[in-house]
Amino acid sequence: MRVVVARSEREALRALDGAGPGARVLAGGTDLMVELGAGRPAPDLVVDVRGVAALRGIREEGGGLAIGALATCSDILGDTRVARHADLLAQAAREVGAVAIKNRATIGGNLGTASPAADLVPALFALGARVRLASSRGVRELAVEDFVTGYRATARAHDELIAAVLVPPRPPGERRAFRKVGTRRAQSIAKVVVALAVALDGRRAAGVRAAAGSVAERCIRLAAFERALAGRELDARTIAAAARDAARLDARPRDDVRSTAEYRRVVLARVLAAALSDLAGLAPA
Amino acid sequence: MRSAFESSGPPIDLALEVDGVARSATVPPLRRLLDVLREDLALTATKEGCGEGECGACTVLVDGEAALACLVPACQAQGARVTTAAGAGFDALRAGFLATGGAQCGICTPGMLVAARALIERAAGAGSELDDAAVREGLAGNLCRCTGYQKIVEAVLIAARGAR
Repeated sequence: MRVVVARSEREALRALDGAGPGARVLAGGTDLMVELGAGRPAPDLVVDVRGVAALRGIREEGGGLAIGALATCSDILGDTRVARHADLLAQAAREVGAVAIKNRATIGGNLGTASPAADLVPALFALGARVRLASSRGVRELAVEDFVTGYRATARAHDELIAAVLVPPRPPGERRAFRKVGTRRAQSIAKVVVALAVALDGRRAAGVRAAAGSVAERCIRLAAFERALAGRELDARTIAAAARDAARLDARPRDDVRSTAEYRRVVLARVLAAALSDLAGLAPA
Repeated sequence: MRSAFESSGPPIDLALEVDGVARSATVPPLRRLLDVLREDLALTATKEGCGEGECGACTVLVDGEAALACLVPACQAQGARVTTAAGAGFDALRAGFLATGGAQCGICTPGMLVAARALIERAAGAGSELDDAAVREGLAGNLCRCTGYQKIVEAVLIAARGAR
């Protein structure tokens, strides 16, 4: 194994130039160090980018936000611009784990590892966020939704670095909700995690973006749920029907060490219904 | 020590400050800070619990922020200021733990002390007062199998009151 401690983005990209599947990027270490300790096949190249100042920081860009890949969950939680544009992301960051994890775990790492249970990823889906990738070949951007391609799989090429996550400006009047269900409140990996962004026109759902984690091999948009709500008045019956559609048509959960497929389906429907009722100002059904 | 961390390539010359004392060691770049402290520097105040970031036993402060020493690679501790439970500034917490019986078998205690200190300092910095719920949330990443937590929460509240 070779470890390159990069001090600039240029150094990091140079180290990744020509890299293959055995190359890994190290940021906060909360995923990679656990993997290395678990005895999985060791990478042949590790590029430590934690010291790269250009990948840090959160700033306003194009009316929205550019969040550096190295922004930690603690950074995101404490940032007033995130609170303004991307409250949903701050809520997700709060739930990621305990303080010592939040201080190191980065948004770029959460997205790059692309665990189906990642907490920040459903929030990024619901916010319509994009990811900026850099390599020595150039820079490209794509929707986070298109970036996450499968179980711990992304569209990132081996020589690419996640540089930033771009959150569009907050649409006026959009309401948002984030819910995570785990074994305990702190430090647990999600059994079900959902994020909603709903544009309300009176009581009517003019636009819905909904995403869920831990209910499929990767984070997914809840297309059937969104279809069942589009243009409808949000009453208890519509919400219950949409939540059932999500469990039946969108989710494709499996049994694993953390939960069962059946539990995930039932809880997904209930959590969606509760979150949406809350957001629409209805008493929970 | 575990092999993937140990076979992480040519060693680096690591220089860091631990509890106010300058230290150095020549170590593989991904050796865990936990192992650097315990094995290379023979500073055994920091305990290993799960070794996978779940239990909080190895919590230390790195440049003033709580981190899990089992998840910090040596290369990321270069030049860092590390505080362990053996460092200065824990008197009020130690007294609190003694008074309430917050330390029992002891494996979680160093991590609890460090996490509690980070919590007290953060609350003081924000000008907020810690209550039972805030302590429980602040220490949520630190597992204890002896005390049922109540004695630990009480200890931290005693120390926090003393610090104000």
